[in-house]
Order: sequence, then structure tokens, then C-alpha cells
Amino acid sequence: MKKYWERLFNGLLKENPVLVLMLGMCPALAVSTQAANGIGMGLSTLAVLVLSNLVISILRKVIPDQVRLPAYIVIVASLVTVTELLIKAYLPDIYEALGIYIPLIVVNCIILGRAEAYANKHTPLLSVMDGIGMGLGFTAALTLAGAIRELLGSGKIFGAQILPEGFGMTIFIQPPGAFLVFALIIAVMNAIGIKTRQRKLVESGCDGNCALCSTAGSCETKPAADAAAGGAVKAAAEKPAEKADPKAAENKAEGGAAK
Amino acid sequence: MKSLIMIIIGSALISNVVLNQFLGICSFLGVSKQMKASISLGAAVIFVITIASAVASLLYDNVLKPLGMDFMKTIIFILVIAALVQIVEMFLKKKSPAVYQSLGIYLPLITTNCAVLGVALNNVKDGFNFIESVASGFGTALGYTIAIVLLAGIRSRINEKDLPAPLRGAPIVMIAAALMSIAFMGFGGLNI
Repeated sequence: MKKYWERLFNGLLKENPVLVLMLGMCPALAVSTQAANGIGMGLSTLAVLVLSNLVISILRKVIPDQVRLPAYIVIVASLVTVTELLIKAYLPDIYEALGIYIPLIVVNCIILGRAEAYANKHTPLLSVMDGIGMGLGFTAALTLAGAIRELLGSGKIFGAQILPEGFGMTIFIQPPGAFLVFALIIAVMNAIGIKTRQRKLVESGCDGNCALCSTAGSCETKPAADAAAGGAVKAAAEKPAEKADPKAAENKAEGGAAK
Repeated sequence: MKSLIMIIIGSALISNVVLNQFLGICSFLGVSKQMKASISLGAAVIFVITIASAVASLLYDNVLKPLGMDFMKTIIFILVIAALVQIVEMFLKKKSPAVYQSLGIYLPLITTNCAVLGVALNNVKDGFNFIESVASGFGTALGYTIAIVLLAGIRSRINEKDLPAPLRGAPIVMIAAALMSIAFMGFGGLNI
């Protein structure tokens, strides 16, 4: 039982997909203009993530290894289409606000990342818990950023006036504010000592399979691309390890040069 | 003709794909570490997005719409893009190894660059015809290239500076991107 809860909290804080693993930045930056949008996007992604983890985990012994990635893409794209149609039907306001970013959940790195790194190796129940944890982590990060941007941009949180009427630094609602707020949140998290984040990158999420990951190059530049071009997933898996400890890698390189 | 140029300028500068629409952020932040890599990736993106928006537009107008399968567009587009990237890669490898050498390694990464799917979906949403879709695809990719090359230039300067520890890495790059985004907001004043 404990390991199920552990999966849940793991995604929420320790391996928060956006703030720690830096996955799925595109929708995070784009829709965090208001706290409510953050929740909407977060929950849509959570739904897709839980279902895709479940389906992929159930089918993990059926899907041949060579074609697993196209198979995952088709599964995820179908689930996203279903989610999109449901949101359009029942929550038209949220559908309007999120726009193109709902279909773009397909290329969200978190989903394929978890499929590849977790769901295709674990039981359906564990995979579902992992999906819930990661989805909640994503939702929490988006809601936090949305709340900060909404508060600074218009003095409201969830539409309720907090700061005096007329307060508002509109720049925080506009695109630059997204970059700025996320930069500061991540900087604060760095400052309070989440030093382990680099190590975490190795264990989960990206899994080095960068060819299919929308964060593609963010892991490393050239090695990632090389490995991806060769389709050598295993070679790519070494690459986050490099990032994991750039200093160590540097030291090693220096050491090698010294020798 | 005039409207096509406006579409290109509009999608390259005014609603820049990275700085205004937040598509393709991941490779934008990741690959911009090196100038040379950024230029190659930019070229590859221009190539793929232009072709992908042409193919997606043809497919949508001639197959999906007449069959009333509008709702299938996400699935179809992502599959088409993935297949297209594969074909382009094989074609280049065979026909022009020199171009393949410079773009080759970045091509597979583009499949999941959300800008590609984003442009295809945006073209459909804006009701662009075939020619307009190609123009908008080209403009968007051009905007991506401008943004990533500029950021790579800025980052090469940042690397030489002594920063406070918490800001190192992702945060300072995102702050630089924020300032670029503010600068690009100026293009919003262009009256076209």
C-alpha cells in the first residue's frame, strides 16, 4: 500500500514535472494566465495521463517493442481527442480559454515520458497512481503560477479581488510574465535547496528518450540529437546522466585531459 | 501577394511562435546553448514546418473535411508529421548528404516539437487555404529561428557572467526569454 502513496507524492513534490523535471513547459507557460485556467489545463492533462498510463500498462505485453512509440502516440492522440470533445461539450468556457493547447497535450513530454519511463514496466494500478501523482504535480505548478500571475496582473486570485481595485501590472498576464514568473519560481526552488533535482532527472521523466520528448534538446544538445538520430535509446539514456552532474562530467573531462 | 507577406510577417514577428504563443519552448530552451546548433535546428524547423503545413492543409481540405472527420485531425496530423519527418530524413540522406549532415541529427527531434502540430492546427482554425497555410508555416518557422538564434547569442554572453547560484541554468535563460518577449511585443504596434 505504501508504494502506491509514494508514487502519488513523488509526482506532486519530489519529481514535480514542471518545476523539477522541466517537462511540459509549453502548456505551462501558455495557459497560466489565471489560476482557473491552470486548474483546467492541469486536470485535462491529468485525465489523459492517467488513462494513457492505464492503457499502456495494460497493453505493455501486447505491443511489440519496435513499434511501441508509434503505438503510444496513437493511444495518446485518441485519448486527447476524446478529452477535447468532452471539454468542448461540457465546459465550453475552459475550451475557449485553453484553445489549441488541449490538442497539443498529445506532444506534451510528460505523457510520453511517463509511458516510456514508468507505465510500460509497471502494473496498471501503480501506473495509474503514478499518473495521478504526476498529473497533480502538473496541476499544482500551473495553478501556483496562474495564481501569482493573476494576482500581480490584475489583483485577483480565482477571480476574487484580493488587492485594491485598479491594481495591475498587465505585463504579468502577457507573455513575458509567464517566462518571468516561472523563472522566479524555479529560482526560489533552487534557492531553498532542491539540489537533488538534477539527480532526479535521471531516474524519471525524460528517460533519455529525447526523440519523442517535446523537451527534446533540453536534456543535452548534441549527444541527445546524435543518439536520437541513431534511434539508439540506450545511448540516449546516458545523456541525462551527463546533465545530472555536469560538474562531475567536467571534472572527469579535466581529469582525462590532465592524464 | 500582399496578404501573403502580411501572413509571413505576422506569424514571424508579431505573434512569434516561441515568445508569444509558447510553442516549441523545450527545444528553444534546450538547444539554444550553442549558436551553431541553434542555426541548424532553425533551418531544420523551417524545412519541416513548411512541408508539414502544406501536407496537413492538403489532407484537411481534401480528405478530412469532405469525409466529415474533422475531429480526427489531431491524430491524423501527428501521424502525418511523424511519417513526414522520417521520409524527409531518408530523402535527404540519399539525395543530399551535405544537407543531411547539417540538419540530420535535428530532424527526429522535430517530430514532437509542438510548434509543428501547433501550426497545422492553427492553420485549420484560422481557415487558411493551401497557399496561406504554407506562408504561415514558413513565417512561423522563421520566427522560431529568429528567436532561437537571438537567444543563443544572449546565452553565450550570459555564460561569461558570474550569476547568483539559484539563477543559474534554467531561471536566467527564462528571464532572458522574458526580456526578448517584451522586445517582441513592440512588433504588436506594426500596423498591417
